[in-house]
Amino acid sequence: MAIIRFAQHTGTTRDVPLTEGSNLMDLARANAVPGIDGDCGGSCACGTCHVIVDAAWAARLAPANAEEERMLSMAVDRQPHSRLACQIIATAALDGLRLQVPEHQF
Amino acid sequence: MNNTTQQWVDEKLTRALDKVQATVPMDLQIKGMHLFQKARRRVLKRPPPLPLVETPLPAVDSLPLERIDVTSPFLYRQGVWKSYFQRLRDEAPVHWQGQTPFGGVWSITRYDDILAVDKDHERFSAEPFIIMGETPDGLALEMFIAMDPPRHDRQRLAVQGVVAPKNLQEMESLIRSRVQEVLDELPVGEAFDWVPRVSIELTARMLATLLDFPYEQRHKLVFWSDLISGSTEATGGTSTADEIFEGIPEMARQFAQLWHDKAARLAAGEQPGFDLITLLQSSPDTRDLIKRPMEFLGNLTLLIVGGNDTTRNSMSGGVYAFNKFPKEFAKLKANPGLIPNMVSEVIRWQTPLAYMRRVATQDTVLGGQFIRKGDKLVMWYASGNRDERKFDQPDALIIDRPDARQHMAFGFGVHRCMGNRLAELQLKILWEELLARFEHIDVLAEPEIVQSNFVRGYSKMMVKLTRKAV
Ligand code: HEM
Ligand code: FES
Repeated sequence: MAIIRFAQHTGTTRDVPLTEGSNLMDLARANAVPGIDGDCGGSCACGTCHVIVDAAWAARLAPANAEEERMLSMAVDRQPHSRLACQIIATAALDGLRLQVPEHQF
Repeated sequence: MNNTTQQWVDEKLTRALDKVQATVPMDLQIKGMHLFQKARRRVLKRPPPLPLVETPLPAVDSLPLERIDVTSPFLYRQGVWKSYFQRLRDEAPVHWQGQTPFGGVWSITRYDDILAVDKDHERFSAEPFIIMGETPDGLALEMFIAMDPPRHDRQRLAVQGVVAPKNLQEMESLIRSRVQEVLDELPVGEAFDWVPRVSIELTARMLATLLDFPYEQRHKLVFWSDLISGSTEATGGTSTADEIFEGIPEMARQFAQLWHDKAARLAAGEQPGFDLITLLQSSPDTRDLIKRPMEFLGNLTLLIVGGNDTTRNSMSGGVYAFNKFPKEFAKLKANPGLIPNMVSEVIRWQTPLAYMRRVATQDTVLGGQFIRKGDKLVMWYASGNRDERKFDQPDALIIDRPDARQHMAFGFGVHRCMGNRLAELQLKILWEELLARFEHIDVLAEPEIVQSNFVRGYSKMMVKLTRKAV
């Protein structure tokens, strides 16, 4: 089964089934992944679905657009491969993608 | 009086003012500004705005659409706001009213439309103000809530660390012990007013903690904040421009003093704290902020104004809501694990700030309506949070509502409330400590509601506590 792997700051991980066409915030919420609030319901307007993409995967994703970039620029713990999970749409090619959930969302 | 004369007067007076700006202490600058405004009013023969007089508002069904005006500061107090906004959501979700005491305004009342406007800072600017009317002329504090990117981003990034989750962890135990002190002193089994004893007191303590402001003087923070957000011209509240200009120089003086005291204490080897001033003084970008007085004052003022009415009224609003929906309180007592979701739901239900204002930067179309460049738009969060298109049974408090966090009381987009995690933390602590102590918090009479079209809050709420059996 295709999965997306969410890793917590505590070291635990959770694999959630990959549903093509869903965004990764929705997948996380549907599977109760801790630390992904998704307060704006995926509208790229709250920044509470912040995740850090594994370096090896980062280049394989479509880059963040200007709107996502702006919300990310307000994140407190911004990393080089920070993304908003709601702006990444699951495709079969993302099977095995590993995302770090930051300790805090802001 | 024509526009050219007005411009001429403004230019002359402004030039004189600019000269002193660089050299004169902040509090004197504001006093000067007040004299400037009085002079300006005299020359231009413009009367100061009159306080608004309350009259009963008509039932919304009796009005044709074009006569509906939701800007009245009495709408909420008179309990008619729900029917007014419901009518607009259903029949005119993007609604123009040209004749309000605050000028012409577009009211945006559906959740999705509000979200679209809030996200789009290019088409809809937060400058120059985010309240409906104007702030008293000349009180030009620079607050990033009313700035567009990139200026907004630079200023927000400089201060947001103080309310970021990591810093809050450091402050949590102090906040909790200050909550415990207040609750332990409350009378049990007798009537008292919840608003000053709990909501205002706790908010004052939180703000003093955030700024490391002299603790015994914490009520000044509340006083200044109330003064500013209660402006008649801005929000239909009860503070006049003269009162504001009399109160603010003292605030400027004390904030400047706070800065210098902190610098001296740090220089003398005091352990750096987690407060805002320490944070500003330890970052290269803001180390010299005191030399940009209007920005310095603006940032501090924004923090106390932003954190004051909002948190206070969520504290009162929660108690009131549980009295209207007692089954929900029983649910909470049976399952305190619901506290975090309940906090979001109370904030949705209360929506402490009714709206934010924007100005169209270009001719545009929204919800089928043609909006002209320069038009004011008001995003009514209070209505969006009760939009039946978004929330099931929107008027009911349902503490385990699965989408409670999707409320729009904190706004969305680049201006999304910077203090949202602090507000949630403060409320979470309050309810944890309340549940540990009390079985019932009974509201004894309908609370008194403040006069404002912006702040949705309570000025008095009599309650009685019953202690929890041990
Ligand atoms: C329940 C409590 C609160 C509510 C309902 C609330 C509501 C809001 C709203 C509606 C906005 C504007 C959002 C927009 O334009 O999209 C805002 C912005 C802001 N709030 Fe809050 N607020 C609360 C608590 C606080 C606290 C405790 C603080 C600080 C101590 C604070 C500081 C700010 C600041 C600095 C901004 C400006 C953010 C920006 O422009 O980037 N707020 N708040
Ligand atoms: S859910 Fe709000 S930005 Fe992703």
